[in-house]
Amino acid sequence: MTDFTANTHPQEAQFGDYVALLKPRVMSLVVFTALVGLLVAPVSVPPVVGFAAILFIALGGGASGALNMWYDADIDQVMKRTQGRPIPAGKVSPGEALSLGLWLSGFSVVMLGLAANWFAAAFLAFTIFFYVVIYTMWLKRWTPQNIVIGGAAGAFPPMIGWAVATGGVSIESILMFGLVFFWTPPHFWALALFMNADYDKARVPMLTVTHGRPYTRRMILIYALVLVPIALGLGLTAIGGPVYLAVALVLNAVFVAGAWAIWRRDDARAAADGYATEKKVFRFSLLYLFLHFGALLIETGLGQLNMGGW
Amino acid sequence: MPITETHEIHQRRFGRNLGVGLCLVAFVALSFFLTVSKLRNGGSIEGFDYQMRPSLTVEEGGQ
Repeated sequence: MTDFTANTHPQEAQFGDYVALLKPRVMSLVVFTALVGLLVAPVSVPPVVGFAAILFIALGGGASGALNMWYDADIDQVMKRTQGRPIPAGKVSPGEALSLGLWLSGFSVVMLGLAANWFAAAFLAFTIFFYVVIYTMWLKRWTPQNIVIGGAAGAFPPMIGWAVATGGVSIESILMFGLVFFWTPPHFWALALFMNADYDKARVPMLTVTHGRPYTRRMILIYALVLVPIALGLGLTAIGGPVYLAVALVLNAVFVAGAWAIWRRDDARAAADGYATEKKVFRFSLLYLFLHFGALLIETGLGQLNMGGW
Repeated sequence: MPITETHEIHQRRFGRNLGVGLCLVAFVALSFFLTVSKLRNGGSIEGFDYQMRPSLTVEEGGQ
């Protein structure tokens, strides 16, 4: 039994470290939006199938998180926000993360195909490919538009949830995609305005560095404005209704007002109050997305009681 | 010969092994309930298996 001793590692990886490779916080957003996409669809899904589908979509998202951490280990080591991740912390080796990511990718896609349908499975496979290859390997270190295009990967889950139920794509699922897609850039750029020293050090091109902060502030406002017709338009489709539309009106008014306030400020003033407005808008953007999807869910619930929808 | 040797690694890896074990049990349970659900909802249970299956063919003039 002497060969066991060669295996002693100063910091033994625990089960939780492998879970951390799957980016559980990102996963929670994936689970929530995919679940809403599945539940608001006009075709009902047996509960066990729905549960399994959401689980495998989440696992697929987690797999892409592990592959992202494998590829980005060098960046993660430099940035303070990510230094505690399992690979830079020396708990899990890059090779382990790679193999966990690849195996989980294959497993989640095949299982989603068996549990739901192969269209949804192909969609999940494409999402993993998009996040790992298009975003992580190609765009992230090359263009400040990384956030914009990479956001598509995070926007696919509600479409996959919809595809699990209906086996296809429709205007409702495209608008749900649009909501997350156009929400991602202002959300991350607000974060970048008060966190960008990190990205600078890791040489990841962020808009704040490549195009300057005033430009970033303007882009936040533009994206917040683009979001308005998408969010309200979703309310006019079959899955919307008066409750959703009322919620969307309030949320978009507050979000545009916040983006406007960010645009009107310059960095001297922002630094003076510790980036209070930027932080507030960043926190509100989380609520913005959560409440939009929550309102869609409420409309479906009301629809069951013949009280929702148009 | 049964594995009777105890080693410190068994303790050190207990959490990991327990986690993997529970995941496998959960997967077995999920597969079982998924199968039950699929059968209950009357999905196509019969499939092509290299033998003539009259029940799988479409009747002439039928849909």
